[in-house]
Amino acid sequence: MTDLYQSQRAMRALRRTAMQRGVVAILDVGTSKIACLVLRFDGFESQADSEGVGPMAGQSTFRVIGAATTRSRGVRFGEIAVMNETERAIRTAVQAAQKMANVRVDHVIACFSGAEPRSYGLAGELDLLDSVVTEQDVARVMAACDVPPLGDGREVLHAQPVNFALDHRTGLGDPRGQIGNRLACDLHLLSVDASVVQNLLYCINRCDLELAGIASSAYVSGISSLVEDEQELGAACVDMGGGSTGISIFMKKHMIFSDAVRMGGDHVTSDISKGLQVPLVVAERIKTKHGGVHATGMDDREMIEMGGDSGDWEKDRRQVSRTELIGIMRPRVEEILEEVRARLDAAGFDSLPSQQIVLTGGASQIPGLDGLASRILGQRVRMGRPLRVQGLPQAATGPAFSGAVGLCLFAAHPQDEWWDFDIPMERYPARSLKRAFRWFKDNW
Amino acid sequence: MQSLGRATRPHQPPLRRDPAPSRWSYRMQRLWLTPLFRIGFHVGLPVLLLAGVVGLVLMNEGRREAIAGGIAQIKEQFQSRPEFRVNMMAVEGASSDLADAVRAKLAVKLPVSSFKLDLDQMRDRAQELDAVASAELRVRSGGVLQVLITEREPALVWRDEAGLTLIDATGHRVAGLAERADRADLPLVAGQGADNAAPEALALIEAAGPLTHRLRGLVRVGERRWDLVLDRDQRILLPADRPVQALERLLALDQAEDLTSRDLAAIDLRNAARPVLRLAPFALTEARRARGLAAPTKTENDL
Repeated sequence: MTDLYQSQRAMRALRRTAMQRGVVAILDVGTSKIACLVLRFDGFESQADSEGVGPMAGQSTFRVIGAATTRSRGVRFGEIAVMNETERAIRTAVQAAQKMANVRVDHVIACFSGAEPRSYGLAGELDLLDSVVTEQDVARVMAACDVPPLGDGREVLHAQPVNFALDHRTGLGDPRGQIGNRLACDLHLLSVDASVVQNLLYCINRCDLELAGIASSAYVSGISSLVEDEQELGAACVDMGGGSTGISIFMKKHMIFSDAVRMGGDHVTSDISKGLQVPLVVAERIKTKHGGVHATGMDDREMIEMGGDSGDWEKDRRQVSRTELIGIMRPRVEEILEEVRARLDAAGFDSLPSQQIVLTGGASQIPGLDGLASRILGQRVRMGRPLRVQGLPQAATGPAFSGAVGLCLFAAHPQDEWWDFDIPMERYPARSLKRAFRWFKDNW
Repeated sequence: MQSLGRATRPHQPPLRRDPAPSRWSYRMQRLWLTPLFRIGFHVGLPVLLLAGVVGLVLMNEGRREAIAGGIAQIKEQFQSRPEFRVNMMAVEGASSDLADAVRAKLAVKLPVSSFKLDLDQMRDRAQELDAVASAELRVRSGGVLQVLITEREPALVWRDEAGLTLIDATGHRVAGLAERADRADLPLVAGQGADNAAPEALALIEAAGPLTHRLRGLVRVGERRWDLVLDRDQRILLPADRPVQALERLLALDQAEDLTSRDLAAIDLRNAARPVLRLAPFALTEARRARGLAAPTKTENDL
C-alpha cells in the first residue's frame, strides 16, 4: 500500500513539473481508438482577476494545441493485450499530436477503461487531540479508514475523500480550521488490476514518455459529460466504449461509485460479422453507416450492400435489409444495457435522489439508443457529449472523446486524493529526519 | 491463351502499411522538436563547419602566404594605376633656394602612387625647415603634388657668440647671415635670450621713434631686460618690466631737456622713480670745474 502511495506521489510530482513546463499530453487508451491531446497551460493568473462569473470549470487555463487519434491495436476490453502493437499505436498518436502542436511532450496523463474496477466506500473517524482540525488530522482520519482486503494483485487507482463530518455536521468539503471533537471521513476507493496498470506504464515508458497521472476512464468521462448540476445532485454516467462500458455515479461533485461492464461496441461489430459472414472491417462500416436499434417498416425496404472480395459473385453481391441488421445489433445492445442496469441496481442507484443517466462514449452514437436505454435504465436518460474545451478540433468533439476531454479537465483540476495529503506523523519511521523536522515545525 | 504473369489483378489493393513510426523515427522527431537541438543544428553546426573549413585552409603556411601575397598584389595593382600616379611636385610661395631645400627635405621619388604619400608626415618634415612658417600639401588632379609654403619673414638680426642669425618677429630662427651689411635694413639685437624676447625688442624699436637714426641696436642683459645702445656709445638702461613706457618717458624728457644729445655715457631708467644719468669722463671734469671744485686729476668712475 505504501508502495503505491509513493508511486502516486511521484506521479503527482511529475504532474507538477509538467505544469511548470506548461505542456502535457493526454492519452486515452481505448479498445477501438487511442486519442492523444497536447495541452498547453497558460497559468492561473488569468483566472484570479476575473470577477463575477469565472471561467467554466477552469477550462480557460489550458488550451488543446495538438490532437491526434489512431485506430487502437492490441487492446482488448480496455486492457493491453499485445504490448508491441499498443506501443506502436501510442507512438503513432503521440507523434501526430506532437507534430500538430509543434512541441515536444515528455509527460503524459493516461486513462483506461478496463482492469475490472471495483469501488469501495470507506469510513474512518478520529477523536481530535486539539479542538481545531489541522492538516495532520485530515491525514490521520484518512489513515484511520479501514481498508477492505482488495484481493491479490490489485491496486488502488483512486482514493478520494468524498465527505467529511465533524461531530454532527456532515457534508463538509474542507474541514481544516473548523472546531469540533470528532472528525469522520468517507473515502471512495477504486481498485484495479495491478498488472494492467503495470502494462500501461511499461508501454508509455517504452515511448520515452513519463506517466504523470493515471485515471479511470469511467471517472473522467463523467467529469466531462455530466453538467454541473447533475454532478451535484447525483447522476450516473455510462461510457459505452469499444471494449468495455464504464459506469460512474457522481454525487456532490464526487464520484461515489464506479464499475465496468466488459462489453461494448466491438462486441456488436463482432456479432454483425458473425451473423452476416462479413469481415470485421465491413461489419464496422455497416454498423456505423446503417446501424440502429429500432426497426420500422421502412427498414425492411432499405437494402444494404455488403460487398466482398471473395471472387464468388453470389457471395460478393449479397444484400441485407436494415431490419436484419437491427435484429443482430439490438440484442447485444440490450444485453449491455441490462448489465449496466444490474450494476446500477447493485450499487443502490435507486436510492439516489436524482435518477439521471447520461449515455456517452463511441457506442452511444447508435441511432435510437436513447429510446432503448430509457426503456431499460429508466425514464431520465439523455445522450451526453463532452464539454467544449478551448482549441479542441471539431473532429474530437463527439461523444467518443468524452474520456479524452474529461482527462483534460482532470489534468487541469485534479481531485484531491488520499496521497495528496501528508503522511501522518505516526507513520514516519521512528528515526526519520523528516519526523524531527516536522516536530520542530509544529512546535515553533 | 494468356500469360500467367498477367493473371494477377492489377487493381489489387496494396497491403495496409503500418502507420506507426519506427522507434528511431519517433525518437528523431522528438529530438527535432527539442528547441535546444534545433538551435544547435541551425546555428551551431554551420558556424562550426565554416570555422573548421577556414581553419583547415589556413593551417598550411604556404597557403596562408599565397593568400596574403594575392591580396597584396591586387592592392599593388590597384594603387599603381595611372589615375593615382603623382608625376610632378610644385612648390609654391617660396624663393627658389627654399624651394630646392624643401624638395631635398621631402625627398619624394617621382613618379609615385598617391596611396604611398603620407601627406601629414611630409608636411611635418617641410615645417622642420627654419625658413618655413607653414606648409600645405595636396595632391591635385593631373598627378601634381602641390606644396604651398609660407616663408618666415626675417624681422631682426641677432648677434651672439656663434655669429649672425636672422630671426623673425616671434623670435624663430630664419637663416644664418654672413655679413651684417647684407641685411642693413633690419635692426640688430644681441645678447643671450634675445630671440625669446623678439616681440618686445620690435616694440621698443618702434617706440624709439626720434632716436631711430641714432640707434645701433638692442642688448639683452641677463635674459631679463634690454639696453638700448645709441651711437657715441650711449646706453639707455631699460627696466625689466614695462620698458616701452620707460622709453616713452625718456623720449618726453629728451624732447624737453635735449637729454640724449648731451655728453652722457648712460641713462639708467631701471628705477622708474629716479632716473640716473652717468656723465662721460670729460663732461664730469668740466662739470666739477664749473662748480669751482678742485680740478680733479683722477676721476672716479663708478662703473
